[in-house]
Amino acid sequence: MLKRFLWGAVLLPLLSIAAQAQEAGIDQAISDAIAPIINPFVSAVFYSVPVFGTQFPLIVGWLVIAAVVFTVYFGFIQFRGFKHSIELVRGDYLDPNDAGEVTPFQALATALSGTVGLGNIAGVGVAVYLGGPGATFWMILAGLLGMASKFTECILGVHYRNEYENGTVSGGPMYYLSKGLSESGKAALGKFLAIFFSICCIGGALGGGNMFQANQSFAQISSIIPFFEGKGWLFGLIMAAIVAIVIIGGIKSIARVTEKVVPGMAILYVGAALIIILLNIGSVPAAFGAIFAGAFAPTAVAGGAIGALIQGFKRAAFSNEAGIGSASIAHSAVVTKHPVTEGYVALLEPFIDTVVICTMTSLVIIITGSWVPDSGVTGIALTSKAFEANFAGFGYLLAIAAVLFAFSTMISWSYYGLKAWTYMFGEGQAKEIVFKIIFCVFVVIGSSMSLGPVIDFSDAMIFAMAIANIIGLYMLMPKVKALLADYHEKLASGIIKKMV
Amino acid sequence: MSETYIVGFDGTPQARRAVDHAATLARSSGASLHLVFVLEWSPYSFHTPEELAERHGRREQELDRAHAVVQPVVDELTSGGLTVTSEVRHGNAGDLLCKIASDQNASQIIIGRTGDSALAQRLLGGLVITLAQAAPVPLTVVP
Repeated sequence: MLKRFLWGAVLLPLLSIAAQAQEAGIDQAISDAIAPIINPFVSAVFYSVPVFGTQFPLIVGWLVIAAVVFTVYFGFIQFRGFKHSIELVRGDYLDPNDAGEVTPFQALATALSGTVGLGNIAGVGVAVYLGGPGATFWMILAGLLGMASKFTECILGVHYRNEYENGTVSGGPMYYLSKGLSESGKAALGKFLAIFFSICCIGGALGGGNMFQANQSFAQISSIIPFFEGKGWLFGLIMAAIVAIVIIGGIKSIARVTEKVVPGMAILYVGAALIIILLNIGSVPAAFGAIFAGAFAPTAVAGGAIGALIQGFKRAAFSNEAGIGSASIAHSAVVTKHPVTEGYVALLEPFIDTVVICTMTSLVIIITGSWVPDSGVTGIALTSKAFEANFAGFGYLLAIAAVLFAFSTMISWSYYGLKAWTYMFGEGQAKEIVFKIIFCVFVVIGSSMSLGPVIDFSDAMIFAMAIANIIGLYMLMPKVKALLADYHEKLASGIIKKMV
Repeated sequence: MSETYIVGFDGTPQARRAVDHAATLARSSGASLHLVFVLEWSPYSFHTPEELAERHGRREQELDRAHAVVQPVVDELTSGGLTVTSEVRHGNAGDLLCKIASDQNASQIIIGRTGDSALAQRLLGGLVITLAQAAPVPLTVVP
């Protein structure tokens, strides 16, 4: 009964808005209504200082410096520990008696389905458009460094998670910020950071995890199905209804189908990119030449080398979410006797997401010569154009991939947002449903707005999560070092050993 | 040392017939029985974050439910004078039955032919073929 009432509460106002809207106008109206609210927030997060004549957002430096600090502090763990990561994911250390628990592979796959998405398709398009080929170099570098950030945050997520009577678990930055810092007598600061993180996480879930996804998949769909052109609200309503069926209606079968199709799509996407790269293998050295040249002395890019660096770093962070804290929420669910193993598994995420998949997208854009500065072709349209250059009709496949990627990312982020929501307001069905309804409404808003405000808002919210998260990571990294030393001692003494 | 028969058991009437057949054989040969309840589970399946968070609790529930199905049968056969053990495992039924048969040095595997639902039939049908091809010891399929 309650459920039916709530459904009515969501659908009726949306339908009446839709009915009043008729043709165009509504998209603009929603954009105009939202912009004044989000603009001050966006400019606060992206407070920039002039560096060598271009604006450098401090928040990007914040993320990269943190990644460098963790890389050095843990002695280049992402390179030294890479082999161990692979062994863990392969299940070499799994105890057969734990069969039926979440495996490291599953945790990695689920966390990846949250990050591999439009960031890899559309985000790279934006980076190359604004930053030129050189942005790719900085993106790869940021991806490699980000592996250390992810290592740190996922170990803490598992170590400080809450385990409940009924066997469910809740973990993530809000838990390690509050519990971890109170251990060292900074309970008030920990609580403050946890709340700050939660607020931003809800915003990030609604922004980058939702509106950006809805917006970009609509852009792709409307480019191949002319019917939808200018009807963002209609696409949004359809998408919102499907999301609602899964997260409110609890119809897991749709999510399950998606979870099976998404890895297939990812393989198909990477496969297509590989074929294009192989077909143009002769242009690859030139492409890398352009990437290196552009990284340090770009032409036709606003802000020169710094401009390329900013775009590369921004898109890498937005795509792999290292230092943001979101993956920590997903990894906390894994039953493991040693939190450190989750860190090793998680450090593969930025590698797969950014160093492999984003680089492929970028190479395809560069070798097909699709990048035209100031042409206005950006985001997913640029990526689509690049793929179409070799495979006629690839746009259709990309559209399907975009929608599925967007969908699985939304499902993941709805969970991250929900965990932050329940951290602040407490667990409970009614409270959860309120958040889920808000989440669905934002799907409609996201697909109705023009790209600029959506990307700005998504970026701002997701990066704001990193402010609280990284302060916590700095304060808790000695704890991670102690856990790591203990783990390696057990590994050396044979207490932890390979099972196969 | 007496022989051991591995019996695939999942609580269905077909599985029950396999158990009864195994019990009859065991009475005449003096063998002991080992009932194996396999909960189908792949370490490579995909889950939503919410499912991951609930997984540990779900697993406990699944194990409890399975034990509740197996234990009465073990008790009944034990009181009938047989030596019966049991285990509940997550994994692939074919792989696990083969592995357990080898580990326990069993002399044969006994399973029922079909399940009670379309899905179970497909799974068990698959199991018969798998075991027929891979079982390390003789296999008896009870109709």
